[in-house]
Amino acid sequence: MNKPIDPKLFKSAEAFADYVSNTAARIDVNAEAKAHGDGARVGISRPHESAALHVAGEANYIDDIPELAGTLHCALGLSPVANGRLKEMKLDAIRAMSGVVAVLTAADIPGSNDCGSIVHDDPILCSGDIRYMGQPVFAVIAETRDAARRAAARAKEALDIEAAPPVITPQEAHAKEQYVVPPMHLVRNTDEGGAKAAIAKAPHRLKAQLDVGGQEQFYLEGQISYAIPKEGGAMHVYCSTQHPSEMQHLVAHALHLHANEVQVECRRMGGGFGGKESQSALFACVASVAANKLKRPVKLRLDRDDDFMITGRRHCFWYEYEVGYDDEGRILGAEITMVSRAGHSADLSGPVMTRALCHFDNAYWLPNVEMHGFSGKTNTQSNTAFRGFGGPQGAIAMENILDSVARELGRDPLDVRRVNFYGKTENNVTPYGQTVVDNVIHELVADLESSSDYRVRREAIAEFNAKSPVLKRGIALAPLKFGISFNVKHFNQAGALVHVYNDGSILVNHGGTEMGQGLNTKVAQVVAHELGVSFECVRVTATDTQKVANTSATAASTGADLNGKAAQDAARQIRERLAACAAARHGGDASAVRFANDKVEVNGRTLPFATVVGEAYLDRVQLWSDGFYATPGLSWDKDKMQGRPFFYFAYGAAVSEVIVDTLTGEWKLLRADILHDAGKSLNPAVDIGQVEGAFIQGMGWLTTEELVWHPKTGLLTTHAPSTYKIPTANDCPPVLNVRLYEGQNFEDSIHRSKAVGEPPLLLPFSVFFAIRDAVSSVGEHQVDPPLRAPATSESILRAITAVQGAAA
Amino acid sequence: MSMTTSTQPIQFFHRGRIVDVSGVHPTRSVLDWVREDARCTGTKEGCNEGDCGACTVVIGELADPGEKGAIGGLRLQTVNACIQFLPTLHGKALFTVEDLKAQCGHGHDAQQHDKHPVQRLHPVQQAMVDCHGSQCGFCTPGFVMSLWSTYEHHQEGQTRPTRQQLADDLSGNLCRCTGYRPILDAGQRMFDLPAVRLDTKPVVEALTALKHEHTFDYAAPLGQRLDHFHAPTTLAELAALREAKPAAQLLAGSTDVGLWVNKQFRDLGDIIYVGDVAEMKAIEERPDELYLGAGASLESAFAALVRRVPSLTDVWLRFASPPIRNAGTIGGNVANGSPIGDSPPVLMALDAEIELRRANAVRRMPLPDFYVDYMKNRLEPGEFVQGLAIPKAALARQVRAYKVSKRFDCDISALCGGFAIDLDGDVVKDVRLAFGGMAAIVRRAANAEAALIGKPWTQATVNAAKLALAKDFTPLTDMRASADYRLQVAQNLLQRLWLETRTTDPLPVEATSVWSVMPHAVAVEGV
Repeated sequence: MNKPIDPKLFKSAEAFADYVSNTAARIDVNAEAKAHGDGARVGISRPHESAALHVAGEANYIDDIPELAGTLHCALGLSPVANGRLKEMKLDAIRAMSGVVAVLTAADIPGSNDCGSIVHDDPILCSGDIRYMGQPVFAVIAETRDAARRAAARAKEALDIEAAPPVITPQEAHAKEQYVVPPMHLVRNTDEGGAKAAIAKAPHRLKAQLDVGGQEQFYLEGQISYAIPKEGGAMHVYCSTQHPSEMQHLVAHALHLHANEVQVECRRMGGGFGGKESQSALFACVASVAANKLKRPVKLRLDRDDDFMITGRRHCFWYEYEVGYDDEGRILGAEITMVSRAGHSADLSGPVMTRALCHFDNAYWLPNVEMHGFSGKTNTQSNTAFRGFGGPQGAIAMENILDSVARELGRDPLDVRRVNFYGKTENNVTPYGQTVVDNVIHELVADLESSSDYRVRREAIAEFNAKSPVLKRGIALAPLKFGISFNVKHFNQAGALVHVYNDGSILVNHGGTEMGQGLNTKVAQVVAHELGVSFECVRVTATDTQKVANTSATAASTGADLNGKAAQDAARQIRERLAACAAARHGGDASAVRFANDKVEVNGRTLPFATVVGEAYLDRVQLWSDGFYATPGLSWDKDKMQGRPFFYFAYGAAVSEVIVDTLTGEWKLLRADILHDAGKSLNPAVDIGQVEGAFIQGMGWLTTEELVWHPKTGLLTTHAPSTYKIPTANDCPPVLNVRLYEGQNFEDSIHRSKAVGEPPLLLPFSVFFAIRDAVSSVGEHQVDPPLRAPATSESILRAITAVQGAAA
Repeated sequence: MSMTTSTQPIQFFHRGRIVDVSGVHPTRSVLDWVREDARCTGTKEGCNEGDCGACTVVIGELADPGEKGAIGGLRLQTVNACIQFLPTLHGKALFTVEDLKAQCGHGHDAQQHDKHPVQRLHPVQQAMVDCHGSQCGFCTPGFVMSLWSTYEHHQEGQTRPTRQQLADDLSGNLCRCTGYRPILDAGQRMFDLPAVRLDTKPVVEALTALKHEHTFDYAAPLGQRLDHFHAPTTLAELAALREAKPAAQLLAGSTDVGLWVNKQFRDLGDIIYVGDVAEMKAIEERPDELYLGAGASLESAFAALVRRVPSLTDVWLRFASPPIRNAGTIGGNVANGSPIGDSPPVLMALDAEIELRRANAVRRMPLPDFYVDYMKNRLEPGEFVQGLAIPKAALARQVRAYKVSKRFDCDISALCGGFAIDLDGDVVKDVRLAFGGMAAIVRRAANAEAALIGKPWTQATVNAAKLALAKDFTPLTDMRASADYRLQVAQNLLQRLWLETRTTDPLPVEATSVWSVMPHAVAVEGV
């Protein structure tokens, strides 16, 4: 690996590394085996705790839970209009349809008709104002799912709506000054006069606009809730959600119950990616309202098209910026306006914009900067969390700026990026006032530059392009720095519960949710490590609001950081009690008792773990414990947008090489080299899975995944996988070299690991800028390509045509 | 043939025994039956339209004697369970993810030594675990079934897939978590584990017992109405049924009709299923033509075409996905008449004639004449598409087919061009330029063709043809592409055609197509 691409690699099956070398390049199997033998249970590439169930089709998702007798099914009647006023609902014909049991509207909600997560502006069912096409207006409950869907599909005939023209684009909303949250401003002046003066004084200036599209989460398991009425009016909801506690609270509000009367449970999701952080609420609430009203279990599982039509996704952003820079490409001053498409309600648009503003700097020192963020209110689905949560949208604007600056100066973009990197001891304070103390971007990028043969390949590409009339290649390196923690301080807490049963088996419960990211695997490893037992002894069960209360969303990449620490705290307490008990029985000092490999060494004796547990039980020792963790040192003033919002930063970089067809705009990723900082990894295989998955997912966002709303009607015309194209196996590049950066977290995180869910979503910036590089080659790199994201074939051809036109 | 209201049960082989089903509506999907009635919840619903592959199952049928690719007397093919109607399973075998561990017996897992003996994982499943091929796990059973099909086919043929072939085999399965590399790794590793093969004997015995010579008639009530599902087994039976019930819905692979039910709740009424008519599936090399039975699957029809015209490989591989190509038929794709169907541009470039039949009357017409307007064709009541005929002479021309879509795999064309050119020295003797995605129907570019015929094959001539093309088409803007892009690319595809076929310094495909970097090692077998 890491040699220049041999042209023959692209012609034969040998282009693809086999699985043995792929594994060898990623995981040090021998080192892990040794560590495991020495008793380590973290730092080991253990398969996902549910892998054997996944592959056998035996992992239960909510729709797989055996249904209780009497279960009814729900489907939602959706608005066929994007903006207007609901005048009348004629639901009798629908009520009379075969199999229909009830049709419910907003009037049937006993509590508050709101499922907004922060701002209470999000109706569960329409109560008059039609806000977007696809908005749920009524709910059909029927004996079968098919009957419910057929009845709900008659919404168009049943709804009398006075229609008004919809606002679709963020620019339109900005022009009308209609926002879902107040505009935000983040300004830092190092020099007198700030950004404006710095730009005016700079040797060079650049002013441009950029469009970056949104992205559908496309979790393979669609939104689903199954509500079961319990005695005394209580409710038990199985919900595919990243945020059981919030579902509990919103269902309680909708039913006018206390939190202690609502139980929300989730064993696993078939993918979440942010789409089930806040937006699972509407379905949990509707199913609960129906179950409460009819006193029967009600399941609401969306059809994929309805899921697209109802729920929001990653915000698209529109940017307008001006920067001033010197001869080497150093940014001296920058001013940017970002406008997002928030959709019809606030949802998480405010925090998303905050994170976008806090990531415009990416890995770069910006001495004078003025950022303005506007969350445009539009007649579209309410946009929400999606892996990266605004971070990628903030950072890509800066990367686009540096890419353009390099072209203007005729320099290699890597050199321009490098002169702007944050310093280690100076030029190391972010615009929001946090000092970057853990900066590894210099050495990480140097490592990747060398291992990927970046310079040699750039020359080879120039040679190739000179001789190739139709196909052009491009290459780019993109670095990343990503802040870890919720920007809201109080979310940074977690709880866990560890039970050791008297046969020595261990059950773990924590507040995080499993959506495929391997959180339960990592938490089980932390507990196994703490108690010195094998993986098989530890079982993690469903997230349940009756076990750990007041949990935060599993989001912001913090799942393992928070819940791992909480579980470690619980397990450590039990271990200390076991040690004290063992020392009391067998002599010696409790602090010298050692737990490893299912054995306990105490006073020169070695006992099986289960024996020690059995003895402790007889000695009436508490064999279960709670654990708690709150991230230290955080502060955030949301009005001034200053503080220390992040516990630490994760870093990474990627080099991508693409080939582009100048006749059609079609392209292909030929090779990607990735170096990513996961600190001291808890599970290298799981972390590499996150890195690669995020890379391909982010590549989809920036290339093939295009969302199209009808400009007049507001219909989302890309509402199914037939029209919305996420990457397939053939989009994975033939050469994909991925390594984790050797290092450990500067901060005292769980076993010095780093969060890995979101940061690698920025790695595929390299793909976008490699495409830009290839397009630029048609104008001998003299013209800045007006490439918008997603870089669909059409977007690429449009940019090529523009470059050709300008160069001619 | 039966015209009564009599009904037989749907019988098929599943999990080791023959299952009898009656009373369910003919349009009930295989997926709903598996999950809701059989309570086998391993198979998942991701999109309910055949685009994500979470519901991938394998269908087994008795293979023809000597059939290439057969496995122990069975033809095993992946399909999307969400868009297959249950009665189409009659006489077949259904394999779901629950069937895999059942083949492997019990043993002591190395890591579970202190527990009860556990049912072993199939090598496909074990490889997925070993290579970290699942994250959220929801798409996983679908991947496992696609990989199992690959596994059985390669074990039978004693071959091993390249990573490219694995990626092609998996192009109908979407994974949102892994980025696919670990799944491709698993596809290699599964062959390095101790082999476990399907015991086909009991399956073949069961299917032999279910073999039937004549039309299978099934009916089930919908409210007051009785809806029929007729599955004739001979052309004569089909022709008679079609004439007797001209309003009945003709059903082939249900890759489109399935969506009418799942997404549009369309009422199909009575159904005539053509999938059991063996004669309709025939692909024949005749003295002066290649004949494709309308019921030939897209996979087998394109395999036959690519064997003769290798330049069609990309369009073949990019045409939907293996499960869709296994189910969908060439006749269905043509008869459906979608302006973005990918086979009509190819077939028009090859001068294909469409063969229509009503009772015993058979007529033919050039394919372009078949299409009248958007979703309108020349089929008369009681008539059906029986086959397609490609003259040998057309196969000898220089043929190119270019598909352009947002994603390489399993995407619907923004536009698709099918071209054939005959050069006499430097002069264009004859040419076919057919386009999909450029108008309400797939059709040829008369003006552009006229601009080429009899002209020297030069850049100047191509430029003239590009201008003429703008007179041929006024394409639409939709979510797949804008009108401008469609026209510009259509013109540029003529440029590519010229670059690849010009008499001086023609460019190899490696110099004109980004897809050529993907080393598709396609083994083309059969007629």
